[in-house]
Formats: sequence, C-alpha cells, structure tokens
Amino acid sequence: MTAISVTVNGRPHTAQVEPRRLLVDFLREDLGLVGTHIGCEHGVCGTCTVLLDGRSIRSCITLAVQADGAEISTVEGLADGAELHPLQDEFSEKQGLQCGYCTPGMLMRASEILAGNPDPSPAEVREAIASNLCRCTGYQFIVEAVLGAAERMRAEKETAS
Amino acid sequence: MKPPPFDYAAPTTLDEAIGLLAEHAGAEARVLAGGQSLIPMMNFRLAKPGYLVDLRRVAGLAGIRREGDTLVIGAMTRMAEVERSPEVAVAAPLVTEAIGLVAHVPVRNSGTVGGSLAHADPAAELPAVVLALDAKLVAAGPGGTRTIPAGEFFTGPYGTALAPEEILTEVRLPVWPGGHAFTEFSRIHANFAVVAVAALVDADGDRIRRASVALAGVGPTPVRAHSAERALLGTSGDAETIRRAAQLAAADLSPAGDLHASAETRLTLAQVYLRRGLELAVSRARNER
Repeated sequence: MTAISVTVNGRPHTAQVEPRRLLVDFLREDLGLVGTHIGCEHGVCGTCTVLLDGRSIRSCITLAVQADGAEISTVEGLADGAELHPLQDEFSEKQGLQCGYCTPGMLMRASEILAGNPDPSPAEVREAIASNLCRCTGYQFIVEAVLGAAERMRAEKETAS
Repeated sequence: MKPPPFDYAAPTTLDEAIGLLAEHAGAEARVLAGGQSLIPMMNFRLAKPGYLVDLRRVAGLAGIRREGDTLVIGAMTRMAEVERSPEVAVAAPLVTEAIGLVAHVPVRNSGTVGGSLAHADPAAELPAVVLALDAKLVAAGPGGTRTIPAGEFFTGPYGTALAPEEILTEVRLPVWPGGHAFTEFSRIHANFAVVAVAALVDADGDRIRRASVALAGVGPTPVRAHSAERALLGTSGDAETIRRAAQLAAADLSPAGDLHASAETRLTLAQVYLRRGLELAVSRARNER
C-alpha cells in the first residue's frame, strides 16, 4: 500500500492505496464519487475524463498513486450547490445526452475547452470533443450545448465585470 | 480490466531511480513516465511488470530549452506542453506538427515525449520525427550517461537500444533551417498512423541542398528514406522529381500487412504521403527564404 494525498473538488483526502489502483476506481470505490464513469478501461472512450491540476486526463489509464499531491475535479464538483453549472444546464436544455453514459466525461472535457477558449467555433468544439465517444446523440446536440454554455458563461462574465 | 499487482516507488533522484531498476531487475522493473501506453497494456495484461519506477518526482527530467542550434526536450515533458511551446514551434516546427496528431488532448496532457520514444511503437509519430531530425537521445544508467543517435535507438517493434536499467533523460534535436512537413494516414483522427511521413527540406536558392525523410508504419521500426533524400538533392523539388523520389523510397520498403492495412495498401499510402509531405516541405522551404 502507498499513501497518497489528493484534493478532490476542493476537499483534501489522504488514503492508503494499492499501487495498481486506477484513479477512476479510487474516485468511485474509495471516495464514493460515482459520477465519473468507467467505459473502455484502456483510454479510448473518454467517459472517465476528470481534470488533474486543471487539465483533462483519462482516469482509467492513470494510477491513483500518480495523482498524489494533485488537485482533481470531477463532475460532482461542477454544480454550485443546487445550481447547475451552465454546461450541465445546457446539456439538459439542448438534450446533449440520451443514455448519459458519456456525459460526465463530456462535461469535464468541455469545461477544460471553455477554460482555454471561452468563444470556440463549432468546428473547434467538434475537434476538441473528438477525444470522447458518444453512441447516442450523433454529437450534434452536445456541440450545441457546449456552444450554448460558452455563450452563457461569456455573458455571465460580462455582467460580473 | 485492471492492472496486475506490482510494487511501486516514486524516487526523487535519477540515481535512486536507476538503482531501483537494477535492484528489481528480477521483477522485470519498468519505468513509468506518463503511463499512456504502459497502463493500457497493463490493463490488457499485455505487460506485467512486477515493479514500477515512477519518474514524475525525479527533478530535472522535464523542460524545454534551447542550446545554440539544439533544442533540448526533457524526457518527462508532457506532450501537451511541447505542443503549446512557442520555443518548439520556432526551433522544431516538425515536432509541433507531429504532436498535434498524437492521440487526443487528454492523452497528450499526461503522455510524455520520452515515454513515446522509449515505448517505440512502430506506428508512432515522435520516433519518425527524431529519426528525420537525426536527434540524439540521452540515456542515464549505472555507468553514467551516454548519447544514442536516433538512427541506432529503435531496434524493433517496442524495442530500443536502452538497457533495462537505463533511463531516457532527454532528446536533443538539431534546429532544421528549412521547410518541414508531417503527414499521415489514419483511419480515425488521432488513432495511430497506418503510415506517417516526416519530411525536411533545406534549399539554397532554387536548389535543394539537404533533405531528410523518415516514415512510420512501414516496418518494425521507423525508417529513413535515403533514396528519396538523394533523388531530391540538387534539384528544384519540382513535382516530377518528388513523384520519382517517392517511388524510389517506396521501392526500398517491405512493410508487413496486418489487420489495419495490407502490405500493398501501406506501400501505396507510403508513396502518396511521401509525395504530399515532400511537396509541403519544399513549398515551406521556399517560403522560408
């Protein structure tokens, strides 16, 4: 067992983990944060995407021990209490999901995209979410949801400043 | 699936890391860089190292710096960092262009330059890049450090000149003054290439004075296309010369067919992408002046 300290959605955690513990299993099994889904388990589908120090990673091909000392953000950290994050709201509004299996990964990847580029073009969103597979929607409504969220987040920022 | 059990250490110095590799050689100890190839292989149980030496805390292995006519990239530098680096875009735009084709952003956020090179997938982009650039790879082992020319580094599919207790520490890329191009065919965007071409051309006036071309996906290791390079020298790099150079280079290749593409398909793709890569590199070499 190896000792690790991580901050997940702002809350510090220390734990003893087996070195072979995948980060996604640490989040789901040890911390009970089951919002992050497990799909392919070899880094292809993207549903396990979380942010590690602000950058998207595949938590199914990352060991928990590799995250020692890092700040992790998962889908559970997006909403502000009962108030949904604009991305979550737009995915709901625009029907950017059907079965919802890919949604946590899509949301986390989209939050990274918008942090780096608040005003992406539809083509840029398509290119950026190519890392995450969705078998239901055909991506159309996901792209619209991300663009809708970008617009709202820009408007909110403008109001705030 | 989940990785099989293994022991683990995250040392803070290179000497410690090398010592651990030597000490746990019997357990088939392996280096863990970003893990973006190794961990999927362990999930599939295709790799079962009994001991992992994680390099993420070893000081001095990550970073990008310019030393005169050489660009030095530390082995633990994340691909995404290299992709975003203005210094790399100026000194080695071939690297920037190739990295944009390596998997997706989340993989590039974790995956490292040294990891990709030491993994030595015959269809990977960076091995072809370092081969075309005649880069030097620096390895540290129990006996000190040594420099391995890219042309001697790749020994077979997933095989390198590194000894089991040696660690790749940095890659030294000569700055190429002319035009560059990285082109590839893959069935799905961001998949491994079926065939990839790294092309470099330097022109003096209208005459090509230097050319360097490497391919991935057409053999057990990345290969240089020397006959194409020779065919271009002293010419203006016109369409007919490029077509012939691509033909000559393809004639030297003997790719194996697999489930991704037959040998015939790979040969045809190699010619087409050699032509496209050389045309782009020549036109960029001309605009450079």
